[in-house]
Amino acid sequence: MDLTLKYEESTVFALRSLYSKYGYSQYKMNKFEEYDLYVKNKDFLISDSVITFTDTNGKLMALKPDVTLSIVKNSKDVKGYVEKLYYNENVYRVSKGSKTFKEIMQVGLECIGDIDAYCISEVISLAAKSLKEINKNSVLSISHLGILSAVLDSANVTPFIKSDIIKCIEEKNEHELKKLCKENGIDDATAVILSNFISIYGSPDTVLPEIKKLSNNSEYLSAVNNLENILSLIEENEIKDMLQIDFSVVSDAKYYNGIVFKGFIEKIPNSVLSGGQYNALMQRMGKKSGAIGFAIYLDMLDPLKTNDSEFEQNIIVLYDEATDISALKKFTDGLVAKGNRVSAQRFVPDKLTYRQLINFKNGEVEIIENNA
Amino acid sequence: MKTMLNVALPKGRLGEKVYAMFEKAGFECPSIKEQNRKLIFENEAAGVRYFWVKPSDVPIYVERGAADIGVAGKDILLEYNPDIYELLDLNMGKCKMAVAAKKDFRYNSQKTLKVATKFANIAQNYYTSCGRDIDIIKLNGSIEIAPILGLSDVIVDIVETGTTLKENNLEVIETVVPISARLIANKTAFKFKAAAIEKLKCELEAQVEAAK
Repeated sequence: MDLTLKYEESTVFALRSLYSKYGYSQYKMNKFEEYDLYVKNKDFLISDSVITFTDTNGKLMALKPDVTLSIVKNSKDVKGYVEKLYYNENVYRVSKGSKTFKEIMQVGLECIGDIDAYCISEVISLAAKSLKEINKNSVLSISHLGILSAVLDSANVTPFIKSDIIKCIEEKNEHELKKLCKENGIDDATAVILSNFISIYGSPDTVLPEIKKLSNNSEYLSAVNNLENILSLIEENEIKDMLQIDFSVVSDAKYYNGIVFKGFIEKIPNSVLSGGQYNALMQRMGKKSGAIGFAIYLDMLDPLKTNDSEFEQNIIVLYDEATDISALKKFTDGLVAKGNRVSAQRFVPDKLTYRQLINFKNGEVEIIENNA
Repeated sequence: MKTMLNVALPKGRLGEKVYAMFEKAGFECPSIKEQNRKLIFENEAAGVRYFWVKPSDVPIYVERGAADIGVAGKDILLEYNPDIYELLDLNMGKCKMAVAAKKDFRYNSQKTLKVATKFANIAQNYYTSCGRDIDIIKLNGSIEIAPILGLSDVIVDIVETGTTLKENNLEVIETVVPISARLIANKTAFKFKAAAIEKLKCELEAQVEAAK
């Protein structure tokens, strides 16, 4: 049977089946959430505009711009317990281009609770598998926020300069980074390490030995070892080949800590997948446990859509007022039963492409046009 | 198949100088020098495709992936804040973003400062960092005329030699940020064409160092 699923539908279908195989269950949420939740965590949201309205009881509500916050809010905080959830929801955000609100379909996965190295490596490999499911030419760039912050903390960098340095690393902007270090009296050794975070990237096997040599700081080494341990748990070759360590993946330290990652697919200009460990967000929301998750922005997959069939319709059947409707019905049903897509019309619609144009008038069938 | 690098060059004098650097770096494309109105030039053997675009549009082509890399002024990058990699300072097209005013201008702390500029974001960020309340008047050209006609108190604009300012009886009162041309790259393109982009970056870096 020809399941004419839309591109998003078939992608969601494949991802859902992947996540449920690993024991993740679907999280279904309401379209609305109290606005308060988002105000308290404004910086966590990608766009800071939220559609709000006053509910009948006077409460200020919002059309959800994000799913993670709601999942965290409702998560249980029990030692030894891990919740594994995935979602497929519409979120409402301002699009960068048009500066107007857009409905965006998002698929995501969260692993919340007493998470350990197994959970983290599982989520990373599921992120990689999700990308692979969408397109085989994809890369998962991974970083560890602890590595960068260990270097910056030991150099006593002020928070203001810190954010400028992080921005330089995010942009792979080595020239501005060097200038910034010079202007703010950051010692040469630290400046060299920071530069290396821009120039060193690539497969974990080549990057890890190089970055281990950069510093003896114990916090730094423990973060590097943590990253190495987690990545060593991912053994499937096809997934391993997709992984890249790249320090230009940074996320807001107010919410994220530890491992963060972004997924890229060839021909799609920006990252389509984004995620990481967000224990800091959990703490902000009064939870003791940890969490890791990711989201995939399905609206960005447009460039991958192809015109799978050259023609929108297989067959157009033309009829007029005089045509016997019941005979027409029988005729089109017959064509549909043979597996065709059929559109009965009184006129040929503008700009519609079709394989065959059939005239069905006075009970006679006449093929007018054949586009092979 | 050889990787093709799509390069967005800024139309104009800067773009021609930039092309000369790219050519020297081994990404030549002779057809670009033909006198015609074509906008796209390709050299498959060198693995490169150039196109001329309006300078302020270069970051848009790169951010949205129509170009893998491009060259844009820091002024445009600061104004639009695109989500891209900024790989190299080409140390050319040098000028500065500055605040200029009439020669007899004095700040009046009682009044909201009226600022005329093409670069609304840069001006806003600069004055926010100074803690000053301003009113932005967005203009698209001939900015220098605004203080003369009393439309604004000061202007925020690019200053190269300062001749235009002088001729209009204006002077620079503060420098906002130095400007030069930067090599930028699309984030996804960098993941999949890293080798070609790094090669080009290294070659250009050597040229920049040699010219210093």
